[in-house]
Amino acid sequence: MSHPALPEPDAATLARRAEIVAALRSIVPGEGVVDAVAEMRAFETDGLTAYRGLPLVVVLPETVAQVSRVLSYCNDNNIRVVPRGSGTSLSGGALPLQDAVLLVMSRFNRILEIDYPNRVVVAQPGVTNLGVTNAVEEAGFYYAPDPSSQIACSIGGNVAENSGGVHCLKYGLTANNVLGIEMALMNGEVVRLGGKHLDSEGYDLLGLMTGSEGLLGVVTEVTVRILKRPETARAMLVGFPSSEEAGRCVAEIIGAGIIPGGMEMMDRPAIHAAEDFVHAGYPLDVEALLIVELDGPAAEVDHLIERVHEIAKRNGATASRISQSDGERLRFWAGRKAAFPAMGRISPDYYCMDGTIPRKELPRVLAGMHELSKKHGLKVANVFHAGDGNLHPLILYDANKPGELEAAEEFGADILRLCVEVGGVLTGEHGVGVEKRDLMPEMFNETDLNHQLRVKCAFDPQSLLNPGKVFPQLRRCAELGRMHIHRGRLPFPDIPRF
Amino acid sequence: MTIFTPDSPEDVVATVKWAAAEELPLEIVGHGSKRGIGRPINASHTLDLSRLTGVTLYEPAELVLSARAGTALSEIERLLEANHQKLAFEPMDYAPLLGGAPGGGTIGGALAANLSGPRRIKVGAARDHVLGVEAASGRGEAFKSGGRVVKNVTGYDLSKGMAGSWGTLAVLTRVTFKVLPAAETEATLLLRGLSDSQATEAMAAALGSSAEASGAAHLPAPSAARVLAGGLGHRAATAIRIEGVALSVAYRLERVRDLLNPSAPVQEELAADESRRLWRDIRDCVPFADVSERPVWRVSMTPSEGWRLVVELRKFAGADGFYDWQGGLVWLRMEADPEAHQVRRLIRSFGGGHATLVRASLAQRAATDVFEPQPPALAALAQRLKHGFDPKGVLNPGRMGASAAADSPLQAAAG
Repeated sequence: MSHPALPEPDAATLARRAEIVAALRSIVPGEGVVDAVAEMRAFETDGLTAYRGLPLVVVLPETVAQVSRVLSYCNDNNIRVVPRGSGTSLSGGALPLQDAVLLVMSRFNRILEIDYPNRVVVAQPGVTNLGVTNAVEEAGFYYAPDPSSQIACSIGGNVAENSGGVHCLKYGLTANNVLGIEMALMNGEVVRLGGKHLDSEGYDLLGLMTGSEGLLGVVTEVTVRILKRPETARAMLVGFPSSEEAGRCVAEIIGAGIIPGGMEMMDRPAIHAAEDFVHAGYPLDVEALLIVELDGPAAEVDHLIERVHEIAKRNGATASRISQSDGERLRFWAGRKAAFPAMGRISPDYYCMDGTIPRKELPRVLAGMHELSKKHGLKVANVFHAGDGNLHPLILYDANKPGELEAAEEFGADILRLCVEVGGVLTGEHGVGVEKRDLMPEMFNETDLNHQLRVKCAFDPQSLLNPGKVFPQLRRCAELGRMHIHRGRLPFPDIPRF
Repeated sequence: MTIFTPDSPEDVVATVKWAAAEELPLEIVGHGSKRGIGRPINASHTLDLSRLTGVTLYEPAELVLSARAGTALSEIERLLEANHQKLAFEPMDYAPLLGGAPGGGTIGGALAANLSGPRRIKVGAARDHVLGVEAASGRGEAFKSGGRVVKNVTGYDLSKGMAGSWGTLAVLTRVTFKVLPAAETEATLLLRGLSDSQATEAMAAALGSSAEASGAAHLPAPSAARVLAGGLGHRAATAIRIEGVALSVAYRLERVRDLLNPSAPVQEELAADESRRLWRDIRDCVPFADVSERPVWRVSMTPSEGWRLVVELRKFAGADGFYDWQGGLVWLRMEADPEAHQVRRLIRSFGGGHATLVRASLAQRAATDVFEPQPPALAALAQRLKHGFDPKGVLNPGRMGASAAADSPLQAAAG
């Protein structure tokens, strides 16, 4: 794809590479510093594989003290740093920069404490999302946020991206399930936010850190809340002749006070691709398919799934099936979970988008997408977290055909503009990264962005941490701090005052 | 001393811009229902948001509501109730404790104070439900963050950044919250006569089961005697709340009964109406609503450790306590002195957390760190954030004290 513009590499840093590598080796001994090009290749991209680049050097610290010293050395020497967890970001958040140290947290891979009475797990940031659940599964507990990359993505990376998954509507995002972190600031200071207690003190810096995409600090420890597994779960497949009817059904389920554990929608192209791939038993004569999963005590689930069934019938469902066993429930999900690889079978390449919209706007957005598909000459398939309005259009293209990749990128940008236009947002769970950076002004004006940058300046005044990501323009903190003030009269004579 | 009562966001922005230019500090108030919390503010003028009102968007099927920041929380709760919905974070009302008129408070204040209630253990606080904000920073500039959808990672979450900032970073003009369906019914299991440590174990067992309890509180005898207008009598009561559809509530309640029966054989049950009244009393700290100024601490710590704090503290100070959040929220009423040093030392020795002095005389509030003092690196970070948003220190100066945010104009100007 057309590579995004990244900050101009600092010539002085590039010239000092040997000295920097040596200094890092003195902090992280042994194999923790990687500077051979062949070995650095493994780190040149993340989950957004279209963008690649080699870092200045890769460093894999093992202790918090090493992280702190690496950061303070870089801070003192004006060297940029790109933090990286497992490298599964779909927005290029961990894309290396030529003049930046790539700080890889994968050696922080231990669970530090499991505390069942308080229902928390304390983990190092490199532990995988699924690793947290695996550690407590024996006792019947799990960690709720379940991004589709959960087998690989790290819990520290989840904090950086505020990762979601299919269960967000009922169980929340990462931000709602993390109780505390320890983090290293760019100047090397190590601070703790929150802990095993529920409210963190002072300003909600934990809230600001979650989803900050590696621009504010490097997470060195995470405390998460774990939940007891629901007694049972049942899923239901419902087909509709149109997305409008499926959308109405979703609204009515929620209007009836039912919050399903998961509620996913697929459009016709996605249904067909998934069914061809995994034979989940999806109906093929429908325009929209809903998977609704309810979890809790068996009696409650049976009761609610009947109500959902009635609502679906009222809204024109032409096909519906309720899972009769856990095996059948998992088969219902298999198609949805394989939707992305299924696209890979019918198209040489696909580009996954991640806008969120108010649910009621779905028909309008799908219609708009249909028009855009014609305009750009590319097909699109849709999977949709219907419960929370998070849309994943998959644009199908062939990178070997001249112009198709650029068309796919333009198509994607148009879809996100449409999402914003109907009251939605650019990204629901994949992050801004480098991918959507230049679209930020579609949602925020300059003052909005400047206030976000002031948070950045409080954490990292020299803007050395993960530059070139999230914000379309780099601003100097000193410039942002200035206030232009005209003294004098009150400019609003008609405000009542007493 | 002027009280500004703007009724439009533009006038709010203009007021702050003027105050910043003149370097005249403002006290920011909604209904003033939590005005007695925090260090005394030294402000020359008041910015009163109680006329900046109105629900601007409410779509029940989309589970979203936006309102001007000065809109009464009670008005929003009535509107939601009519649609069988609620603010799930169960914002508490400080009026019984602080002596104001009940039912006060604004939606903006709920976010600025990061209010929550007993359901905190299951669904979180205001910060977990806010979706978007519009505000005027101390620079006198209007900005927005977030949106109206649940899933949104576009840029930093400044909406959460406003939570618990007590009006020291920006003046909220509009807030958008996620709303949720109200439970069809609820019931409460009461375990009687447990000690604080036994109750802590029982609550942990209940919450560690798949019963999905949405409340777990322990009232030692003196506190139990003060809820439900004395209806529980003078005997310790440990309460487990179950909410949901009727058949599920009955089933889960039975499960918890069976689970706890061996360790807590004396059990009672409260049906929906009484259960609601009990949890409202617990939420609003009614056991300590004694029309006095005796110091009350709100302590947040590791749930299993809360009772130890109370036991240790009683060795050298007169203190009364009760517990919400499975033991992790300790309400402490001191006989005379706040004993801030001792309270905080003990919290640190039992795994950490923090204490806020939510009620005390003016003299005590002026002499005590009302909010938990932070370690130097964290305090400096908070100060840099404050300085970025309010460089002239005109928003609620001094309210959070020198610790959580250096918000005196002098320090900010020097920065």
